[in-house]
Amino acid sequence: MFDNLTGRLAGVIKNLRGQARLTEENIQDAMREVRMALLEADVALPVVKDFIAHVKERAQGREVLQSLTPGQAVIQVVHEELTKLMGGGTASLNLAAVPPAIILMSGLQGSGKTTTSAKLARLLKEQKKKVLLVSADVYRPAAIEQLKTLGQQLEIDCFDSNAGQKPADIARDALDYAKRHFHDVMIFDTAGRLAIDDAMMDEIRQLHAQLNPIETLFVVDAMQGQDAVNTARAFNEVLPLTGVILTKLDGDARGGAALSVRHITGCPIKYVGVSEKVDGLEPFHPERMASRILGMGDVLSLIEQAQKNVDIDEARKLAEKVKSGKNFDLEDFKAQMQQMRKMGGVGALMDKMPAQVAGMAAGMSSEAGDKAMSRIEGIINSMTPLERRKPELIKASRKRRIATGAGVQVQEVNRLLNQFEEMQKMMKMFSKGGMAKMMRAMAGRFPGMR
Amino acid sequence: MLNFFKKNPEAAQPEERSPTWAERLKQGLTRTRKQITGQFDALFSGGKIDEDVYEELETILLTSDVGISATQALLEEVRKEVKRQSLDDTTQLREALKEALIKLLEPLAQPLDTAGHQPYVIMLAGVNGAGKTTTIGKLAWSLQRQGKSVLIAAGDTFRAAAREQLQAWGERNDVHVIAQEGGDPAAVIFDAVNSAKARGIDVVLADTAGRLPTQLNLMEEIRKVHRVIGKALPGAPHEVLLVLDANTGQNAVTQVKAFDDALKVTGLALTKLDGTAKGGVIAAIAKERPIPIRFIGVGEQIDDLQIFNAREFVEALFA
Repeated sequence: MFDNLTGRLAGVIKNLRGQARLTEENIQDAMREVRMALLEADVALPVVKDFIAHVKERAQGREVLQSLTPGQAVIQVVHEELTKLMGGGTASLNLAAVPPAIILMSGLQGSGKTTTSAKLARLLKEQKKKVLLVSADVYRPAAIEQLKTLGQQLEIDCFDSNAGQKPADIARDALDYAKRHFHDVMIFDTAGRLAIDDAMMDEIRQLHAQLNPIETLFVVDAMQGQDAVNTARAFNEVLPLTGVILTKLDGDARGGAALSVRHITGCPIKYVGVSEKVDGLEPFHPERMASRILGMGDVLSLIEQAQKNVDIDEARKLAEKVKSGKNFDLEDFKAQMQQMRKMGGVGALMDKMPAQVAGMAAGMSSEAGDKAMSRIEGIINSMTPLERRKPELIKASRKRRIATGAGVQVQEVNRLLNQFEEMQKMMKMFSKGGMAKMMRAMAGRFPGMR
Repeated sequence: MLNFFKKNPEAAQPEERSPTWAERLKQGLTRTRKQITGQFDALFSGGKIDEDVYEELETILLTSDVGISATQALLEEVRKEVKRQSLDDTTQLREALKEALIKLLEPLAQPLDTAGHQPYVIMLAGVNGAGKTTTIGKLAWSLQRQGKSVLIAAGDTFRAAAREQLQAWGERNDVHVIAQEGGDPAAVIFDAVNSAKARGIDVVLADTAGRLPTQLNLMEEIRKVHRVIGKALPGAPHEVLLVLDANTGQNAVTQVKAFDDALKVTGLALTKLDGTAKGGVIAAIAKERPIPIRFIGVGEQIDDLQIFNAREFVEALFA
């Protein structure tokens, strides 16, 4: 998501690294690059200015100048400031209220309030809370049906409001209903509104006064541009916001809005939406985000994702085989690729890798990589189990059959077999020589990576 | 449920209030204008042109979401103009910038013409929450007013109640909506196109589910939808309309590129220009991937979908 910002800063940092001493001038250069990168990433200008001022001041301070590696020290400062800007640690929902604890959702049209409400409800249900979903979006056609449908899918109670009612009446009735049915949490979804629409802003102000929610969440689209800062300010003026949810983070937006909104509202970003599916809501980790921006890679998220999606037993078996360099057959090769795909394909993987590794894979488009992977899978699927275990059996006639089966040229089957052989060699190397050697050997030998 | 376009229950007869196009656009863009010209006025109040002015100018364009490459191109243009005409006053700079912006945007002002094919199939695409379904409502309304018969295909089979949203709209405006319980988007649209052929309908509006360009499987799916439309009616879809949210920052450029690579986008619709968003990203798009801008959404009322006009857009911005 922060791709280009990562790239830009990685470039800046490379330049800094090469320099023995920090001067007024090269700090200036670096700061200009950082400024441009942040602006390109849609971070709002006032936020950028503050950020640069902070970083510059600290970069000129003693800690940096006296450091043996001033370049590294600057990176450290940028990293720390970025983390700080995005709000230190992880923040969670505050539900310490007399039940029902009320969560009010607010935001622009199309920012993802309704979907997020359902995701949030699911999360709370997992924590054994009895949740009531309420929609007061009487404006957009079928908005209430949308929430009801989602509620049904998740088996979460949804208050039976309809578009003929006034939002204030819905609030009153829903609150009454939640009390009578002993709901722990009530999530109150509202219609999308523009910050300059006074009538609508007044409506949500009144809803807030009426419901007195313990959490007032502002839902922001991660793709939002410079205007994020204005919208956030306006909502914050009307509503006492307690938190922010950043949606559509699975896109490739550079996500500067995250930085801007946090800076303007002072509210922590509590969750991020990372998929269209109802389980796609995750806690926000500022320090990981900062690392990722700086090209240090989001390895922690990668590990988490791996744990979530990969069959541990199978992975262990595979790791054994890789380690010993023995018995690694085409079946395992396929399994490995499938696991990779489960984690979001080559693109998602590279996204989270440190810049150096990602740089190694430069020139390889993630799409091409994913495509190559599915072709390889097709070829392997066209082999008999025996052939998969003993690829050395595959001679001309078998190759022709496999190629026909997979709908590819014989050359491609050849290429795969060669690749596989190389990989086996690599495994052996790995069992003897360790990671560094393998990384070097790997460059150019992985599907699509050449 | 029926007050789709709030604050204006009589939206069905907007000709009664009928402010002119320019007025409406100006209204919609008031915030945009205030934002930009507030800054510009301070800048262009006369005085000498120096590097500070250019730097300030760059900042303003960047904060309007114009993007770096378009900003630099615009500034280059303005610099040249300043040299060529030996301008020395900042007020003249404003005109030069205006002209540069118009020059960049003018080629993109090409309205949609649905004549020439029957049925004329328009496929809508875009990221989640860009305003595809609402745009379909507005579009169907305006096409009907031009005397065209319209059929809507509820191709968003993924999002909960997307179908109901379109059906609610269709019922009120007497437009037939083809929908299926769940099912495959390509199949729904295929049926709709065939049905339009049989009934002699003029325009088919095909909705699709919102998707982020990074979701490769979904991008593959929409390619398939596109192919299948071509099977139902050779040469269709005649228009692939990408719906963009004016609030979007530089990612809009990425979206245009990704959808264009996948579908060959033939037109853009820029929605939600009635907020504080400045829509400057149009300039970035014009620079990087010039695709005709068919419509802009300047309000929540049903007739607030307007034809894009570069000169008026820029004029309204600077008025």
